Amino acid sequence: MSAPHLDVRYVANLVRLRLTEEEIAEFQPQLDHVLSYIEQLNEVDVEGIEATAHASAVYNVFRADVPRDGFTREEAVANAPHSGNGLFLVPKMVEG
Amino acid sequence: MNPAALTIAQARRRIKAGELSPVQLVDALESAIEQTDPQVGGYLSRDYQRARAAAETADINLPLGGIPVAIKDVINVEGEPCTCASKILEGYVAPYDATVIRKLRNAGAIPFGRTNMDEFAMGSSTENSARQVTRNPRDPERIPGGSSGGSAAVVAAGEALAALGSDTGGSIRQPAALCGCVGLKPSYGRVSRYGLVAFASSLDQIGPFTQTVEDAALVLQAIAGHDPMDSTSLDVPVPDYSAELDAGVKGMKLGVPKEYFVDGMDPQVAARVREAIEVYRGLGAEIVEVSLPHTKYAVADYYIIATAEASANLARFDGVRYGHRAVGAQDLADHYGRTRGEGFGREVKRRIILGTYVLSSGYYDAYYLRAQKVRTLIRRDFETAFQQVDGLLSPTSPVPAFKLGERMQDPLQMYLADIFTIAANLAGICGISLPCGNAEVDGKKLPVGLQAMAPAFEEARLLRIARAYEATTAG
Repeated sequence: MSAPHLDVRYVANLVRLRLTEEEIAEFQPQLDHVLSYIEQLNEVDVEGIEATAHASAVYNVFRADVPRDGFTREEAVANAPHSGNGLFLVPKMVEG
Repeated sequence: MNPAALTIAQARRRIKAGELSPVQLVDALESAIEQTDPQVGGYLSRDYQRARAAAETADINLPLGGIPVAIKDVINVEGEPCTCASKILEGYVAPYDATVIRKLRNAGAIPFGRTNMDEFAMGSSTENSARQVTRNPRDPERIPGGSSGGSAAVVAAGEALAALGSDTGGSIRQPAALCGCVGLKPSYGRVSRYGLVAFASSLDQIGPFTQTVEDAALVLQAIAGHDPMDSTSLDVPVPDYSAELDAGVKGMKLGVPKEYFVDGMDPQVAARVREAIEVYRGLGAEIVEVSLPHTKYAVADYYIIATAEASANLARFDGVRYGHRAVGAQDLADHYGRTRGEGFGREVKRRIILGTYVLSSGYYDAYYLRAQKVRTLIRRDFETAFQQVDGLLSPTSPVPAFKLGERMQDPLQMYLADIFTIAANLAGICGISLPCGNAEVDGKKLPVGLQAMAPAFEEARLLRIARAYEATTAG
C-alpha cells in the first residue's frame, strides 16, 4: 500500500480555509507524517466492535418546553464585525 | 505569610476567623501578579477593580466565599473577553456566564482574570497562543505545558489560589505536572460544558488547578453537577468530595499499567513515579501490575476523533456573527476563506484540515468510524482493569517540561507529549495529576507529575487516592 496522502490544497478549499503557498508547503509533509502515524490503527482488529461516539452516551435528552428570556437583538449582534438595524450584515450572496 | 500563596483551605480559615478580608486577598494577588507575571506571562488580562468590587460584597459564609479563581480564556465570563487565545476572537466580549462560572459565583468565589492557552486549546505547550508566550515558573526557558498552560503557571507561581482549565486530551493534567501543581480532569459528564468554547465535544471537560488535592475537592464540589443547559452532563448525585479525603488507601488495590512505562521516557520521571508507587505500597495499598493493551493506539485514535469534532465545531467561525472578518471579500466563498485563513493560527488550521479529511466522503469509514471502534476497545481496557483494581497510577507526562520552540516544527512530537493522558478522555474516566518530586535538568529542578485515574464518576475515590500520597509529602 502506498503512503497515505492528504491533498492540503484540496481539503482546505472544502473547509473554506484560504492558505498561503508557504502554509501549504509547510503543512503538506507535516500532515502526511501525522497520517502515516495514524495508519497504525489499521493493525487493530475491529471486527464486530461497536463504535463509541460518546464516553457516556445519553439519548433523547429533553428539557421542559417553557418560554424563557434569551438575548435581546442588541445583545445578539453586539459582537458582530458588521451590523446595522439590529441585523448581521454580510457580503452579497445572490447574483442578479 | 503572603496571602496570595495560601491554599484555598488556609485562606478560607483566615477569612472566616476575620484575619483576612476578601479585599485584602485581591490586593495581595495584585501585588503577586504585578511582581511575577511579567516573567511568567500566564494572564492575558485581569480586572482588579472588578475583582475588588466582587470581594467587597462576597458572602464569606459560602464554601468558596471571597476566593478569586483564574479562568482559562476558553470559558465565558459575562462582560469579559473570551478569545481562546486566537486572533479570530480578538475583541469578543462574552454575553453570558458559563455554568461553571455561575456555580463558582453561587459558591462565593470570584472569577478573576483570563489565562493564556494554546489557541482553541489545541496544543501541549501553550506556544500556539496567538497572544503571548507563557513560561514555566520553574525555568523561564521552558514551556508550561498545555493547552491550559496559563492556568497551571499562575497557580504554580503563586499568582492565583486556583484556576479553571479544560482537558480534551490532557490539557489540565499535563501542564499541572510540568508546572508542579494539582490538576483534575473530572469524568465526562460530571461538569457542565455550557459556556466552554467547544474543541472536541465528546472529550472536553472543565476542571480545577490548585496547590493541593484538598483544594481540588473544594473547587470540584462547587462546579460539579447536572445542568439542563448541557445535555451531555449526567444527572448523577454529587457526593461530598471532602468527606473521605483523608480515609487513606490501606486495603485498596492500585494498578500500574505496564504500557505506561515505555522506552524513550525520561528515566528521572520513571524513577520519581516508581518511588511514589512505593509510597502507596507503604501506606498499605496493594500494588498490582495491569495491562491496558490498546494504549499504544490512543494518540492516533485521539487525533482522528478530536480533529474531526474540531473541524465541525470551528465551522461556526464565519466572520458574520462574531470575531474577525476579512476586509474587501469578492464573494461569499472569498469572505469565508480569507476570514478563516487570516483568523486561525497554524495548528488550528492543520487540525481543521486533518479533521475534515477523516470525515470526508470515501475516508469516513477508514478513519473516523474505525477510530470510534478503537475507542470502544480503549474504553474496555479500562473497564477490565477496574474490575481488578480501585485506581490506576502512572506518570502524567513521559518527560519534564521541554524547552520553548523545541517541538514546534514537528506536530507529531508535540502530540506524543499527551501519550499518558489521552486515553482517560477517550474512556470518559476521571484523572488527576499531582506533584511527585523533581527531575534535575541543566541544574534546574523540574516538577514531575504522578497521574491517578479512577472509574467514571468516582472522583471521591480519585481524590482520596491522591490525597493519601500528598499527605506523606506535605509539611
